[in-house]
Amino acid sequence: MLHERIPNLAKFVEPDRVRREVYTDAAIFEMEMERIHERVWIYCGHETQVPKAGDYYTTQIGRQPMLMVRGKDGKVNVLYNRCPHRGSMMCGDRSGNAGEFFRCSYHSWTFHHDGKLRAIPMMESGYAGTRWTRDNPDCNMKRAARVENYRGFVFASLAADGPGLLEFLGRSKIAFDDICDRSPEGEVEVVPNCFRMIQHSNWKIFLENQLDALHPSVTHQSTGRAARDVELEIEKRTGKIPLSYHMLSAFSTVTIEKWDNFQTLNYPYGHCILTGYMGLRPKDPDTLEYERVLAKAYGEKRKEEILTTNIHHVLIYPGLSVQSPLQQLRAVRPLGVNRTLTEIWHFRLKGAPEPIYRRALAYYNLVNSPSTMINADDLENFWKAHQGLSSDGGDWVSFHRHYGRDAEKDGMVETAPNCGTSEAPMRNQMKAWTQYMAAGK
Amino acid sequence: MAKRTPKKTGAAKQPVRAAKRAHNGHDTQHAVEQFLYRQAELLDEKRWQDYIDLFAEDGMYWMPPEPSHATWDGMPAIFAEDKNLMTVRMKRVLHPDAWSQRPLWGTNHVVGNVVVERESPNGDVVARSRFHMMELRRDDVRHFAGLYIHHLKKTKDGYRIKLQRVDMTNAQAAYDYVLQVWV
Ligand code: FES
Ligand SMILES: [Fe+2]
Repeated sequence: MLHERIPNLAKFVEPDRVRREVYTDAAIFEMEMERIHERVWIYCGHETQVPKAGDYYTTQIGRQPMLMVRGKDGKVNVLYNRCPHRGSMMCGDRSGNAGEFFRCSYHSWTFHHDGKLRAIPMMESGYAGTRWTRDNPDCNMKRAARVENYRGFVFASLAADGPGLLEFLGRSKIAFDDICDRSPEGEVEVVPNCFRMIQHSNWKIFLENQLDALHPSVTHQSTGRAARDVELEIEKRTGKIPLSYHMLSAFSTVTIEKWDNFQTLNYPYGHCILTGYMGLRPKDPDTLEYERVLAKAYGEKRKEEILTTNIHHVLIYPGLSVQSPLQQLRAVRPLGVNRTLTEIWHFRLKGAPEPIYRRALAYYNLVNSPSTMINADDLENFWKAHQGLSSDGGDWVSFHRHYGRDAEKDGMVETAPNCGTSEAPMRNQMKAWTQYMAAGK
Repeated sequence: MAKRTPKKTGAAKQPVRAAKRAHNGHDTQHAVEQFLYRQAELLDEKRWQDYIDLFAEDGMYWMPPEPSHATWDGMPAIFAEDKNLMTVRMKRVLHPDAWSQRPLWGTNHVVGNVVVERESPNGDVVARSRFHMMELRRDDVRHFAGLYIHHLKKTKDGYRIKLQRVDMTNAQAAYDYVLQVWV
């Protein structure tokens, strides 16, 4: 039926432009969920969200409500949040501890943390002679087909086939290496707080914005200027500028022309990196102390490598945006063709001095919290974009900027020098989208 | 993870009579109420600078993400703003290119259930109250409600806010869009 209405999906995407329906058509959204989100590796959460046996955290893969739960064997399982009896949702809270086992609130069927059936009340008498026997796999809570954990970050795929997690991540795995290596212990733990914001726009609009170097100096100039004014005033009074102001004022001091000096690196499966621009390595005593701790843990040479990793954002298509130098990430949960939830988390570098955590926390609170002075204007843009694309005022979205000037090498597309505002990341995402959609279910 | 624990400021802990004795009756009650009403009015009238001026030089506006948090220091916070940061926020919304401020946008606060929790000999006051804020943005209405805890410093120009804690009942719910200014 879908295929009758959308006879040739390939016609919707050209290398330098995309039909507007790709963002606004509810049938295409359902196909995306089947062919992309419910097949590929999706970030579920960090293992420190569920430290003890029985701890669970609800999450979402495509349209599917899922549970991430720690078993008694220490393993993190990912299950559908659904009872196999009559389909009731198993856990109604966002997170908690299931105790020794899951117990359905409807008819008290119980399940082990790995989803295996534990007990059904009066099972022997009730089910004798039926095909509902313990060895029937339908008696268990359904598990995600595949679960993998990379340095504490738990991913699941609802498809049994497809590339493994590391092959899928490819070089975008640097997002997690960069986060973890900045800890002298090589590990992070989650800060127990999740900020959640809903965007009234298609999920792809958010992802395309993450590496859109053309927008910050325009969209965020009001906040950039305001922070610049105040930081100059503070400098006059105290002789110092707090780094937290710099995180905001960078939006006005880095002008639109300067953005072309940065670079995007575009990888298979739609992943992309935007190189760093914020200058997050000041020479204050806190930073120097942190560098000493890192050098002690890794040696001088490795420390330099870690601290010069040149990343601002890593986009892991289709559902994760990671700001590794600040140890935070945004997971994208599509709610509908025009509604998208972001879940925003911050991580603490184990063993790093407290001021380093606080510095990143300031960014989390100022930029990534519900009172954000940055994303307020992004979300306004996303809404407007979705509204505009819902109209018949035009058929195409343009991704022509610096098209034809991309440099392809070693399996990745690098923007040519001085093309930081290239729309290569959007083209790269749509290329992956087309491949996924053509591959079918 | 985010477990809700009962608030330490719960009314049940403070016997009514003790609370009464703790401050000098109607005058303080009246002055605190007038202060809170006026503060809410400044928000609804978008008189941002006047609003900021209600804070003491070292004053803080703090909205924790959940009621168990005892400090903003080193903690994730929805708002944790001193006067400098409040000034950034004000300048942002007043900037002609604050795009998200362009559409029709307004709020209406109602403040009530004002309880003067304690009054120090120097006239400083801790008061709690309940607020309900309706917000209109374009054609969409949102509601935010919760508990204010004001630590007020008595000055010759009236009260100044040392700390305003805002425990929003819907702090943990997913935000449909964001919070552009103080609630
Ligand atoms: S639906 Fe879960 S026990 Fe019946
Ligand atoms: Fe932005």
